[in-house]
Amino acid sequence: MTSAPIRLWDFHGGIHPEQNKRQSTQEPSAQARMPATLTLPLHQHIGAAAEPIVEVGETVLKGQKIASANGYVSAPVHAPTSGKIVAIGDYPIPHPSGLSALSIVIETDGRDEWVRYAAKQDYTETNPSHLRNIIREAGVVGLGGAGFPAFIKLNPGSQKKIKTLIINGVECEPYITCDDMLMREDPQSILEGIRIMRHALQAERCVIAIEDNKPEAYESICKAARGVEGVNVALVPTRYPQGSEKQLVKVITGKEVPSNGLALDVGVVCHNVSTAAAIYRAIHLGQPLISRMVTVTGKGVKRPRNLEVLFGTPMDELLAQCDVEADQIERLIMGGPMMGFALHDTNLPVIKTTNCIIAATRNELGVERPVMPCIRCGACADVCPVKLLPQQLYWYSRAKELDKVQEYDLFDCIECGCCSYVCPSNIPLVQFYRFAKGAIWTQEQEQKKAAQARQRHEFHQMRIEREKQEREARRAKKKAARPSAAAPKAPPADGAKIAEKRRDEAISQRDSAAAARKAEIQAALARVQAKKRAPQKTAEAPDKTEEKTAPATTAERAAATQKSAITKKDNATSTHDDDQPVQ
Amino acid sequence: MPFNTPTSPHQLAPTSITRVMMLVILALIPGITAYVWFFGWGVVVNISIALITALSCEALILKLRQRPMLPSLSDGSAALTAILIALTLPPLSPWWITVIGVAFAIIIAKQLYGGLGFNPFNPAMVGYVMLLISFPREMTSWIPPTALTDNSLDFLETVIFILFHTLPDGITFDALTEATPLDSLKTHLALGNTVDEIREQLGVDEAASRILSVIPIFGTIGGKGWEWVGGGFLLGGLWLIYQKVISWHIPVAMLGSLFAISALFYFIDPAHYATPMFHLFSGAAMLGAFFIATDPVTAAASNRGKIIYGCGIGIFTYVIRTWGGYPDAVAFAVLLLNMCTPLIDHYFKSSVFGHKKG
Repeated sequence: MTSAPIRLWDFHGGIHPEQNKRQSTQEPSAQARMPATLTLPLHQHIGAAAEPIVEVGETVLKGQKIASANGYVSAPVHAPTSGKIVAIGDYPIPHPSGLSALSIVIETDGRDEWVRYAAKQDYTETNPSHLRNIIREAGVVGLGGAGFPAFIKLNPGSQKKIKTLIINGVECEPYITCDDMLMREDPQSILEGIRIMRHALQAERCVIAIEDNKPEAYESICKAARGVEGVNVALVPTRYPQGSEKQLVKVITGKEVPSNGLALDVGVVCHNVSTAAAIYRAIHLGQPLISRMVTVTGKGVKRPRNLEVLFGTPMDELLAQCDVEADQIERLIMGGPMMGFALHDTNLPVIKTTNCIIAATRNELGVERPVMPCIRCGACADVCPVKLLPQQLYWYSRAKELDKVQEYDLFDCIECGCCSYVCPSNIPLVQFYRFAKGAIWTQEQEQKKAAQARQRHEFHQMRIEREKQEREARRAKKKAARPSAAAPKAPPADGAKIAEKRRDEAISQRDSAAAARKAEIQAALARVQAKKRAPQKTAEAPDKTEEKTAPATTAERAAATQKSAITKKDNATSTHDDDQPVQ
Repeated sequence: MPFNTPTSPHQLAPTSITRVMMLVILALIPGITAYVWFFGWGVVVNISIALITALSCEALILKLRQRPMLPSLSDGSAALTAILIALTLPPLSPWWITVIGVAFAIIIAKQLYGGLGFNPFNPAMVGYVMLLISFPREMTSWIPPTALTDNSLDFLETVIFILFHTLPDGITFDALTEATPLDSLKTHLALGNTVDEIREQLGVDEAASRILSVIPIFGTIGGKGWEWVGGGFLLGGLWLIYQKVISWHIPVAMLGSLFAISALFYFIDPAHYATPMFHLFSGAAMLGAFFIATDPVTAAASNRGKIIYGCGIGIFTYVIRTWGGYPDAVAFAVLLLNMCTPLIDHYFKSSVFGHKKG
């Protein structure tokens, strides 16, 4: 450890909610009991869902890959223990929607037999790209809560120089202690993981940030980091939401990650402590990500603590292991009380992003109060870590003034919940912002769809017109070639004439009102096009214009899609501890 | 077993509007105590009448608007408005003055705009200004500090006087009343006296003033008694800042600008302009700075905006006090700046995280 204490910076706002962390750190972590069946959703991370590569009835070993990554931003899924695949189908997943998704169900055989992967203790000889591949194949995702594939954030690209690797041991959300326990009990794995990450990123220095409400973890990490060159351990004053990536980058480096940008833009990469340990296991031991530390807490359990849980384990078994008082539970939360989401049922599997399960009793998280009018007290603006004006955002969201709400930088909101927390009027501010974001996305989608439809329609019209003209041209040529023709007619340069002729023909031939109308429209279009084409007389002009416009619009469309994807991703990821895409 | 699934955040701070309003009312107690000590029981009677009127009017309008009654009545906002109006009234105002002022504040200035949070003007100040314009005689018949007069009323006599306008035998209303120090200063300055002459005549030495048959209403820094009342509000206000119920920006800006501008004129011409301390500790300066201008509903939102807003009130207070037609001006200044609030909010926004400044 480099001994000189590093300078810390400040970020605006933040709150000091009741910690409630002590309850779950009373006893050392333990292994969760092996359940009879494990249900593994294929979408446990940010990005595309994995694709199953096993079939029902197949026997699998512990650590065997059962679903492979689908695309770049995706992660494979591995069997957490040995057993038999008994079903592949839709099962309820822990998600705010409460919906089901494709999952693989394994009947455990109790033998817990490992498949062997090659371990790489001499990673310094391996090139970073190969290391990233191993990490990717091991299914390692950010374990701070968001679940962004970790290997992507170890790939800064050749252009960017990484100055600081920040290891996030802040764990600022109340109740959660899984990182705390990991730092206390297994600092060595974290430090080894950091070595690998530094090698992969070629980062100049590394700072491990720990909030000062975790003195035991700090001591433990300091001890392990003693003598490690270039690694600082920073004890940062406890304040929520310090674990949010952009806020932590500010605290450690003093730099503000630009809005819409990534930590990478200021030469920083941020990973969670648990992710570091998972990377160590993937590289050194050849073990894919099949389990994680989960905090089981809340007044609804008599024995709150941390358990090392295999993915796919049903939550009710964990709760039972912690002596749940089922009839006391009023709300079941996955994640922390500030940003976690409420679950419909206990019968859901633990997944890669399950850092904490809170079985809250009635009124444990605050007494319900009626929503009152905003008194403009400004408490929300005082605590906003992004320095937004939550009050104004609230008024405009409420009034559905979607332009105004974007003018007030709605999309910089990380949904940390500080404003709702302090609001004396008990206004569900974050809900209003989510509503406004959703409305804007829907609007954008519709606009995009309309624009595409219009484009398609225009292309269609153009093609019809071009084909028609080609036909006409051919016919004229044939006519000219015929000897009976008195004089060779010059190929018509004016589309309008042809169309008019066609219209006459159409009326006389079919005598149908519909056909006439159609022809009229075509005639009008042809006139317009003839006017447009007037300067350039060549016949292939329409082809050229189409060729030119088509790629341009495709590129535009691609750019637009990418942009919206980034915004959405940004929104989805930035809200959680440490997972930001590095592209 | 399906659970409720409200969205995050699930944990909420133990705070509420009622708590905020109650803390503000609590912080008024030192000032009110000083008030009662120096000006008798009248203010307590006024507060009681105001509270009853405010809650009845609020209940009536809520019923007409078909809104839930309990949450709004128990939020404490109507009670606070009532107390603030009562504190600005002369202690021996007849009961109907209080009733009209409070009813106007609650019904017209607050509820007709949509109730709590929607009123553009501070209801208490609207009520006060309406009374001052409509009933100037009643509103300026103040009483001198009780210690300075032989004719002071006890609690029962006060209640009887306020309700029925009858005085105990041998006391006339004129003997009881006296203009406020700010008012007297203004009147005498208009007569061509200098500040020192006025202070000498109306204060300093009690024996001398007795011979001159005037009541010594000037104290060491402000008006006699007034300086203590102001001190009480200052104390309560500082406690509110400590409790983080209000931020320091508005009071500091308002008192600072009032001090600065009065100091400027005092140094230019001490004979015709009162001292800065006199301005700070007279009239409604302290009450206004900590309890009225800080009303979040009608004040500017951002910190920089709050400073502009507070400075505006301080300067207008001085300007109207010195050159305007009314002795005190906090109410007018607050209302004027209430009008500017949307403008201030529009131009003073904080720079959002990750956006380039400027």
